[in-house]
Amino acid sequence: MAGNREFFNRRLHSLLGVVPIGLFLLVHLTVNHQATGGAESFNRAANFMESLPFLHVLEILLIFLPLLYHAIYGLYIAFTGTVNTGKFGYFRNWMYLLQRITGVITLIFVAWHVWETRIAMMFGTPLNYQMMEDILSSPFMIGFYLVGIISAIFHFSNGLWSFMVSWGITLSPRSQVISTYVTMIIFVVLSIVGIQTVFAFI
Amino acid sequence: MAETKTVKFIITRQDTPDSNPYEEEFEVPYRPNMNVISALMEIRRNPVNNKGQQTAPVTWDMNCLEEVCGACSMVINGKPRQACSALVDKLEQPIRLAPMKTFPVVRDLQIDRSKMFDSLKKVKAWIPIDGTYDLGPGPRMPETKRQWAYELSKCMTCGVCLEACPNVNSKTNFMGPFVFNQVRLFNAHPTGAMNKAERLNAFMEDGGLTGCGNSQNCVQACPKGIPITTSIAAVNRDATLQSFKNFFGSDRA
Repeated sequence: MAGNREFFNRRLHSLLGVVPIGLFLLVHLTVNHQATGGAESFNRAANFMESLPFLHVLEILLIFLPLLYHAIYGLYIAFTGTVNTGKFGYFRNWMYLLQRITGVITLIFVAWHVWETRIAMMFGTPLNYQMMEDILSSPFMIGFYLVGIISAIFHFSNGLWSFMVSWGITLSPRSQVISTYVTMIIFVVLSIVGIQTVFAFI
Repeated sequence: MAETKTVKFIITRQDTPDSNPYEEEFEVPYRPNMNVISALMEIRRNPVNNKGQQTAPVTWDMNCLEEVCGACSMVINGKPRQACSALVDKLEQPIRLAPMKTFPVVRDLQIDRSKMFDSLKKVKAWIPIDGTYDLGPGPRMPETKRQWAYELSKCMTCGVCLEACPNVNSKTNFMGPFVFNQVRLFNAHPTGAMNKAERLNAFMEDGGLTGCGNSQNCVQACPKGIPITTSIAAVNRDATLQSFKNFFGSDRA
């Protein structure tokens, strides 16, 4: 099997999107949601995350490298597809398009978000409630964060749906319809969590 | 008698494989129950466009005229489908005809679908039964399974699913949705199952099954109503197991 690199790359891309990136997204949303309990509660949760043993190893192996791979290969996938929703305006074709659009938006958002928070922290800005409050002090950034967070959550939720097709978990049309509902409920619930978090810093 | 009733066609034409496409309009006399093919035959009989100019007759491909061969596939009013089963009475006018651009255009509406047949060869979409001696009868297939497989066997390699797929384009080497269905069909056959791993491994190579982006246009566009997306997920499942076997090894023959 000389030429099955594409198979490996694509399946790795699919897997990394759920484990560890998807799991990290869940943890990240949960930790940040502590902001709804006030500055104290958010700082406690953030400090706990910072106190994890082997933090840098975890960050690099479970977040940074998988994210980088998923992002670069994802861009390749997105830009080798075409848009034909005008001719074929079916629901799943729109989801196909949205998955690619939200992927690109998420990449831009995450790059900026990491720069503003994790990299800034590396250069000495303490990562706490105050930092996020400062970031979200302009209406533009609030909009940017809302769009970015909702894109990331959509990309994750709908990605779960296609993960289940790509690995052959949901086969029949009925199972795929059910998983559409389930993943869209996940999208709505996580979006509420994300939006509540953003507004907790305002 | 409404003798003056006509049907208007706007046809995307192309004189050679490399020349630029252009549009030409035709008006053909209406007859009851006419399909797109019979209108094209009328244009061929009297190749005069709606400006009254003599022109080269429009070229197209056809064979069975009952939607089982797939040869007359073209884009009719924006939708890829067979010209033989496209009834003029059911189409909005003017009727727009164009070749399926996913394939190389030979001339006018005639396209070259060779790449589909090459793909089928690549994934060994057949059942090898030839030997140096009589192998005797193969294993029996349960009747329920035969009926189920019949639905998959309706694929006529017409190319409509490739035209509808956003991932089949010049930027990728994705073979197209129909291949999933053919791999599943031959892997499901009791004799074909003997070469299941070979087919899966061939389809897991570049241009194979990972090219699918799950837009699911194929299952909507398929004129034969084949459950292509079910075949996609089923072959994905088999490929998952096959890749584990390839990596870890297996003591199953």
